[in-house]
Amino acid sequence: MTEPTTQPLLQMTGIVKEFPGVRALDGVDLDVQAGEVHCLLGQNGAGKSTLIKVLSGFHQPDDGTITWDGKGVSFSTPAKAIEHGVTTIYQELDLVPHLDVTENVYLGHEVSRAGFSQRGQARKQVRELLARLGHAEISPTRIVGDLSPANQQMVSMARALSHDTRLLVLDEPSAVLDQQEVDNLFRVIRGLTAEGVAVVYISHRLEEIRQIGDRITVLKDGRTVATGLEVADTPTADLIKLMTGRSIEYAFPPRPETARDRGDSVLEVRDLGLAGVFTGVDLTVHAGEIVGLAGLVGAGRSEIIETIYGARRATAGTVSVDGKPLRRGSVTSAVRAGVGLAPEERKSQGLLLDEAVYRNITMSSMTRFSRFGFLDRGEERRQAAELTTSLDVRPDGVTRAVRTLSGGNQQKIVLARWLLRDCRVLILDEPTRGVDVGARSEIYQLVRSLADRGVAVVVVSSEIEEVLGLADRVLVVREGEVVHESAATEIDEATVLDLVMEGKVPA
Amino acid sequence: MSQDSVRVEEAALETEREPNPLLAVLRTSVGRNAGLVIALLLICVVGAILSGDRFTSTDNALTILRLAATIGVISIGMTFVIIGGGFDLSVGAIVALSSVWCTTVATQTMANDIHWIWMVAVALLVGAACGLINGLLVAYGKVVPFIATLAMLVSARGLAEIISDKKTQIVDVQGFEDFFDKDVVGIDIQIWLFALVSIVGWILLNRTTFGRRTVAVGGNLEAARLAGINVKRHTVYLYVLVGVCCAIAALMLVAKTHTGSSTHGTGYELDAIAAVVIGGTLLSGGRGTIVGTVLGVLIFQTLTNIFILNNRSFSEQSLFKGVIIVAAVLLQQRLASRNSST
Repeated sequence: MTEPTTQPLLQMTGIVKEFPGVRALDGVDLDVQAGEVHCLLGQNGAGKSTLIKVLSGFHQPDDGTITWDGKGVSFSTPAKAIEHGVTTIYQELDLVPHLDVTENVYLGHEVSRAGFSQRGQARKQVRELLARLGHAEISPTRIVGDLSPANQQMVSMARALSHDTRLLVLDEPSAVLDQQEVDNLFRVIRGLTAEGVAVVYISHRLEEIRQIGDRITVLKDGRTVATGLEVADTPTADLIKLMTGRSIEYAFPPRPETARDRGDSVLEVRDLGLAGVFTGVDLTVHAGEIVGLAGLVGAGRSEIIETIYGARRATAGTVSVDGKPLRRGSVTSAVRAGVGLAPEERKSQGLLLDEAVYRNITMSSMTRFSRFGFLDRGEERRQAAELTTSLDVRPDGVTRAVRTLSGGNQQKIVLARWLLRDCRVLILDEPTRGVDVGARSEIYQLVRSLADRGVAVVVVSSEIEEVLGLADRVLVVREGEVVHESAATEIDEATVLDLVMEGKVPA
Repeated sequence: MSQDSVRVEEAALETEREPNPLLAVLRTSVGRNAGLVIALLLICVVGAILSGDRFTSTDNALTILRLAATIGVISIGMTFVIIGGGFDLSVGAIVALSSVWCTTVATQTMANDIHWIWMVAVALLVGAACGLINGLLVAYGKVVPFIATLAMLVSARGLAEIISDKKTQIVDVQGFEDFFDKDVVGIDIQIWLFALVSIVGWILLNRTTFGRRTVAVGGNLEAARLAGINVKRHTVYLYVLVGVCCAIAALMLVAKTHTGSSTHGTGYELDAIAAVVIGGTLLSGGRGTIVGTVLGVLIFQTLTNIFILNNRSFSEQSLFKGVIIVAAVLLQQRLASRNSST
């Protein structure tokens, strides 16, 4: 941690950015000291992304000043920002998958002499950069597409460092990483700050900010509501209050007392396997029960539920719903049997973003609204509107494009789709990813009320707290195997963490 | 997460005011089609100025529509495939094969004994079969549409050459010609057929589960699949649909020329794709309108007509067509860029 010196490396004052009809930034202040990790907090739509786009030269502010190293500057292009030493690593990595590590690091500023690329020289420099990041094991000649997301992120970091970076902006860097990789990332960040590099760190995960952050700036509705808060002195409750204007932690709905005895088993998975990924998965979910799958990214959680759903073709075992076996590798068969999936990547896997809300909701139940193939659109809209009203989707209006809704409301649309089908089994993959803090409790309530109606629910999440808080029963997955199963109340977060990392509970 | 929030923010912006009101209007499908109507009217004004009565006469209008009918029927089918995220280069070749096969049936099998409806049946079967092969290759064989239909393009035309021995097959089936070459209230039946196919296409796209699934499959294949839509089967249907449209076009062409030939339909794939693109259908799939395609066909054929009336060479027409296609795509990208930017 560094004591604030008199002159910050970066000072943004009164930044205003207007888009037609919307004031995305309405007077934002931010000052960043050399060598600190400055966390940027705020809900979706608070202006974090716009702010970093202004900082990285993507957008031009309409008002306000940027002072860099004591001098007023304007980052008129991304290249200008990089020239000054501001590098941004966006959440969606901007690497070229078919090029190798070296080519990616030096993309756009290749090491060359007289127009000929100096490949040996470049590789040597890349090796040094990766060593500096503690990842000497990544070969400079590896094809980037073959690397794990965590290592790809390191390549992005190496690229940032190749530009003499003085300020590194990290947008949700931990989103694609598991716990161990996050720890490693933090080690790298600490190494950089020790060298005097400033880091602007954006994350939704408050506990991460506790670990890595020095100071915090909170944005809300395009304004700075608090700046320069010392991480050590600021209670979490205060932060949530600042972000939301109210003070609630995630409120999980209460569990019914006798969850397991409430219904018959609906989903039965026996000895399910997918060659090379996981084997021997057994799972029974009763009507009215929520079963959580915890595990690291890459442990096989998502693969297991995708196989249950038929999106991947199982190589062993059976899945049956209400006693009837599903056809392997057939989503259509699963959906027909009453299984629904709210996929992990909502935008790319779940929704037609440019289509109307009602069309997204009725997508899996079209035959219900059709006679001889002709759709009754009035009825579609009416039933969709009923659902959006009961789920409190805001803004309402079933003919607006789904794209215009926030993450939480988009998730509600996906859930509404399966509600409309009266599904028997609902599988939720990362149900609150990209959903802001305020809307999370609503989603949790919704999931619980679905279970209360007799739906068998399976929840997968990388947030252990979420799995433990929401589910009745928890399965822990590690390296393609279920290593633990128990009631959610019989296990705590630390034990689950040990299980997912070590595969056993420490004595 | 924050990537989401960027999108959400920008999406929120889009629903607000647009800096350029013209672009905002053109971004809606109704606005785009209104723009196409205006473009068509402007082209007609140019035609009237350049050629006067020769352009504005009823006869000439019918000539344009007659030209538009064949390509138009194919373009309707093409619209479905492209909205569904696919592409079909083989339409011209399917037209040729259908025309050759059905005229072979008419000329070889005991000549006048067969009813002309068999010609129609054979043509439709051939078209559907070609579409089926395309569809199976794309959906189940996972061959990219460009390659699958390119292969169909060369092989269907090759087969047409083998069957016809590269000769033009003249047909003289009275009932067939009576049906396909007569006038109804002063307008050729072929033009009526085009109108009928367009209306059926419009209903299919906008009012049926088939149309809704087409948009879903083309707009987001993965989301459609995970929502339980049988995307592979639907993809096959789309290619069969365009194959059937080609067969209808082949029958129209046979009736008009009294021949079946392996050179029929040469270059139709470009004309059809051009009409669809000019009509505002996204080449990446998920969005498009039948009305736009019909207008695209009319614009294209009216331009061709103006070139012919002014004795411009075929080469000049081709050059100009190329420019128009690029201009249409550029405009489309400009309109779409705000929607997909991150």
